[in-house]
Amino acid sequence: MQKITRDQIVSKAVSLLQDGTVSAVLGWRQGEFCYDVTPSVFNTAEDIEANFVWNDFCGANFSKYLVSKTKNIDGKLLVFLKPCDTYSFNQLLTEHRFNRESVYVVGIPCEGMVDISKVKAVSGEGIVCAESKGAGLSVTTIYDENPKEIPYAEVLSERCLNCKSKKHVAYDELLGDEGEVIDSARFDEVEKLESMTSEERFAFWQGELSRCIRCNACRDVCPACTCEKCVFDNPNSGAESKAPTNSFEEQMFHVIRAFHVAGRCTDCGECSRVCPQNIPLHLLNRKFIKDINSFYGDYQAGAEVGMRAPLVDYDLGDLEACDVFERRDSE
Amino acid sequence: MQRIGVFVCWCGTNIAGTVDVAAVSEALKSEPGVVFSTNYQYMCSQAGQDIIKDAVKEHNLTGIVVCSCSPRMHEATFRKTAAAAGLNPYMVEIANIREQCSWVHKDMLTGTEKAIILGKAAVAKVNLNTPLTPGESPVTKRALVIGGGIAGIQTALDIADAGFPVDIVEKNPTIGGKMAQLDKTFPTLDCAACILTPKMVDVAQHENIRIFSYSEVEEIGGFVGNFDVKIKKKARFVKEDICTGCGACVEKCPMKKIPNEFNLGMDNRRAVYIPFAQAVPKVATIDPSACNMLKSGKCGICSKVCTAGAIDYKQKDELIEEKYGAIVVATGFNPISMDKFDEFAYNQSRDVITSLEFERLTNAAGPTQGKLLRPSDLEHPHTIVFVQCVGSRCDACAEKGKEYCSKICCMYTAKHAMLVRDKYPDTEVYVFYIDVRTPGKNFDEFYRRAVEEYGVRYIKGMVGKITPEGDKLKVQASDLLADKQLHIDADLVVLAAAIEPDKTARPLATMLTASMDTNDFFTEAHPKLRPVESPTAGVFLSGTCQGPKDIPETVSQASAAAAKVIGLLVKDKLTGNPCIASPNELMCNGCSSCERVCPYGAITYIDKEFPQPDRTVAVRRVAQVNPAVCQGCGACTVACMSGAMDLRGFMSSQIIAEVDAICK
Amino acid sequence: MQVNEYRPLIVAFCCNWCSYAGADLAGNNRLNYPADVKIIRVPCSCRVNPMFILRAFQRGADGVIICGCHPGDCHYTSGNYYTRRRMALLFSMLDYLGIERERTRLEWVSAAEGAKFAATMNDFAETVAALGENKRLEDLRCKK
Repeated sequence: MQKITRDQIVSKAVSLLQDGTVSAVLGWRQGEFCYDVTPSVFNTAEDIEANFVWNDFCGANFSKYLVSKTKNIDGKLLVFLKPCDTYSFNQLLTEHRFNRESVYVVGIPCEGMVDISKVKAVSGEGIVCAESKGAGLSVTTIYDENPKEIPYAEVLSERCLNCKSKKHVAYDELLGDEGEVIDSARFDEVEKLESMTSEERFAFWQGELSRCIRCNACRDVCPACTCEKCVFDNPNSGAESKAPTNSFEEQMFHVIRAFHVAGRCTDCGECSRVCPQNIPLHLLNRKFIKDINSFYGDYQAGAEVGMRAPLVDYDLGDLEACDVFERRDSE
Repeated sequence: MQRIGVFVCWCGTNIAGTVDVAAVSEALKSEPGVVFSTNYQYMCSQAGQDIIKDAVKEHNLTGIVVCSCSPRMHEATFRKTAAAAGLNPYMVEIANIREQCSWVHKDMLTGTEKAIILGKAAVAKVNLNTPLTPGESPVTKRALVIGGGIAGIQTALDIADAGFPVDIVEKNPTIGGKMAQLDKTFPTLDCAACILTPKMVDVAQHENIRIFSYSEVEEIGGFVGNFDVKIKKKARFVKEDICTGCGACVEKCPMKKIPNEFNLGMDNRRAVYIPFAQAVPKVATIDPSACNMLKSGKCGICSKVCTAGAIDYKQKDELIEEKYGAIVVATGFNPISMDKFDEFAYNQSRDVITSLEFERLTNAAGPTQGKLLRPSDLEHPHTIVFVQCVGSRCDACAEKGKEYCSKICCMYTAKHAMLVRDKYPDTEVYVFYIDVRTPGKNFDEFYRRAVEEYGVRYIKGMVGKITPEGDKLKVQASDLLADKQLHIDADLVVLAAAIEPDKTARPLATMLTASMDTNDFFTEAHPKLRPVESPTAGVFLSGTCQGPKDIPETVSQASAAAAKVIGLLVKDKLTGNPCIASPNELMCNGCSSCERVCPYGAITYIDKEFPQPDRTVAVRRVAQVNPAVCQGCGACTVACMSGAMDLRGFMSSQIIAEVDAICK
Repeated sequence: MQVNEYRPLIVAFCCNWCSYAGADLAGNNRLNYPADVKIIRVPCSCRVNPMFILRAFQRGADGVIICGCHPGDCHYTSGNYYTRRRMALLFSMLDYLGIERERTRLEWVSAAEGAKFAATMNDFAETVAALGENKRLEDLRCKK
């Protein structure tokens, strides 16, 4: 499925490491299961050649890792960024979260990543092998040794089905061709929710958010959540809470988190990817993005370095808070 | 744990009439931290304040809650009381149980209930109060005035007269600004030079004023009371202290065809020049783009004729560093470019001129020695058309022009029209206008004189097109009142070009971290109540850099700005407001969100070393708040995602404690 | 007034320079509004963190109103513009989550608008009272 091959990436990584351009490589390594791919730092060419992974499960957005992994690095860290990751990369640079000089970015094209829970919904549990084959994924389970072929359209993650851009907005070097920004249908789901009654929306979110186990995975993976200390870990913030003692705190947690990343969220979709409870958290972020676009003009966080985020900006003629519903209802 | 005393005021019957004050003081006794609670008829009275002072001593109070009138009324009073009793004044909180309780509720039960809740909230807040000390910073007793037009001149003179040294930085070779180019002034018709040049001389002779002419501000650092400024004194290739201004060099200079800026290019000057006879400082300046000696090393005549030996072809730009306590911006205005107004044929015909050019044409020191002659053939014009609002009051969406009214055009056009009819009664004068705006002392009378006594023909309507044809200008216009099209064959057309802030203002605003509006006019600290201050402390505004103004308005604003500067410079130390933002560096991400929302430029960043658990040292970018600049609005506290930025006196934890107390 | 009648709990954040002074003026002019409204003073409306608003709802507030200087009149020149953006987005989000949109409000009240302050509070208190207790934000899981 992916246009670019593992060999191309590995040989690029090895050559950059060997010619001294970079001193380490941020890449993917195999985890416990075949679909379980984990971000990892590689320091030697041997390690890269043996263990570097590139397949349909390499969804992780590496931008956030740069904040910690470039801290004590001598030389540069090589990072492979998919188009959507480059937006987060720019946003983090805008916020001075790491030094651009410490990073060497190789942009790689992406044809969309697979959502394993969608695969499991078709194949069942116990997957031992999931490989790209033609226009789909060939899946073998411990219960059925005959590979089952599932078309990509059925198993691509939501964020990839609604991919907003195949264009790299930051790189030192590009593997493959330059892509385009896509006019995606990513706000359709938000609009559907907006058209519901207040009661229906409440019931929807109650159903979704009450599954939250406050594992903090969404926060920990989010490239916009790189605070030195998170308000939810700070007893003086008034928002600290470790466990969902009551349902309010689930809402509070997700609303505050979404608000904190509003205007800075690039809609990379990592929060929904990692949620073990499959809560569609991207629908909160996309609501903010949609509102920002509608109230203050189109804004794509991370499209350029140094942009002024909508919440630290204003216009004299901005929409009044009392008019937001009128605006939306008229749309 | 705090030891809090609660003092409930009756305010006679103002509070006690609707609130059971005894019940309030009783109920608050059991709040956490409260060790003493009482009520009294008038807490703000001497006797009431004594109760507070005695209680502080007797009960070792660390915090005080006064349930009384609005803090806007007596917070300062009770803070002083606390200070007199040896407590930090910021350990006092007021529960507003008069304006926001007893006066708006009629029922004793609800009034008392609410008063208790408001008291609880204040107690909850005081429990988290910390003593605050206002920061102090010294004041450099010297002012900088940027711009040497009438605004800068007036400001500098007023400050200097009060005994403080002032430096004026002027980018041109002479001070005087636009006013020096004007002929007469409305509505009195006295000559601009006659009233301006004495002031210029005063400036030159004042022992407290230094003029840096032909100079620009290069860099500004520091903050109110302590600005560090670098001024670039451009090389004028003439030693300023030696030049006598005799003009011998000018006379002999062979480069004679340099457009004269002072006369807006309508005549020529030499490569070495003195802008005008009354220039201050009256010294020559060599234009390096025109001087043969400087360009190719061939000439040197001026050096030979200068008996004083003032010419110095090797002169370099000089960088002057100076400290200032206050900065006044007086950068002034320029007429907008007429390039986009093709319909008025400004670039096609030399006989279509702007109003400022008209000023030079009628000025005795101008290119025509004050005779009104058309630039093209130096003939006396018999029909003159004045076009108002050229580039003023345009649609916001229009590609050219400004949305605002330039304010001075109606009056100076009335003046021009009147002067023409006065000197040359045989001239037909038409004025096309949208509205005639004359709000000022003796302004409307002046305009009416133009119409009634001088017979100037005012026509409400716009000029659509001007076409040069032969030696005439075909003016096509509409008369809105008569509802018809007019065609006038004019000899001269004068465009009342809109005015805009000087181009140097924008980079200056960035250096000063002073805000500007969308038109590049400086924003005042408050449009009504602080019109001559910029939101950036220590930076003041004088004249048209803040908005279109006529001369009297400019001078009054200049003097007002001077008064503000003097008020600042007389202080030996500045005492800040202690309720300011302060970042917790351990939590700061260095993301710049706070810096972006700060209206005062109070936030900067430094790279700071932090010891890590693994004994290494990490360098992180963290925010710093300048206590002398921060005004304590709190915008940064919400922009800060990590909550590293907090506001002293209104800490998040304090506000949350109030919320909790109210919602309990 | 009946003793048992349900009255909402309303938290009002008022900026020190305009709206708090407006509230004081309402007091000076003895303009009545319900005692349900409890005012918290903040230096500027831009000091109001969305977390404070959620905290109030969590602790049982039925309505939260933020009052600031009119656009263009902010004592700190631009604070209320940031407030306007923050609150527009927050209110829209709360509505999206199924929280009644009438429970939150942002109003501009100047120091001279005592009457507007009282009228605003009367109207807001009645609107919130009509909605009844804030159940949705206070405790969501128990509602099942």
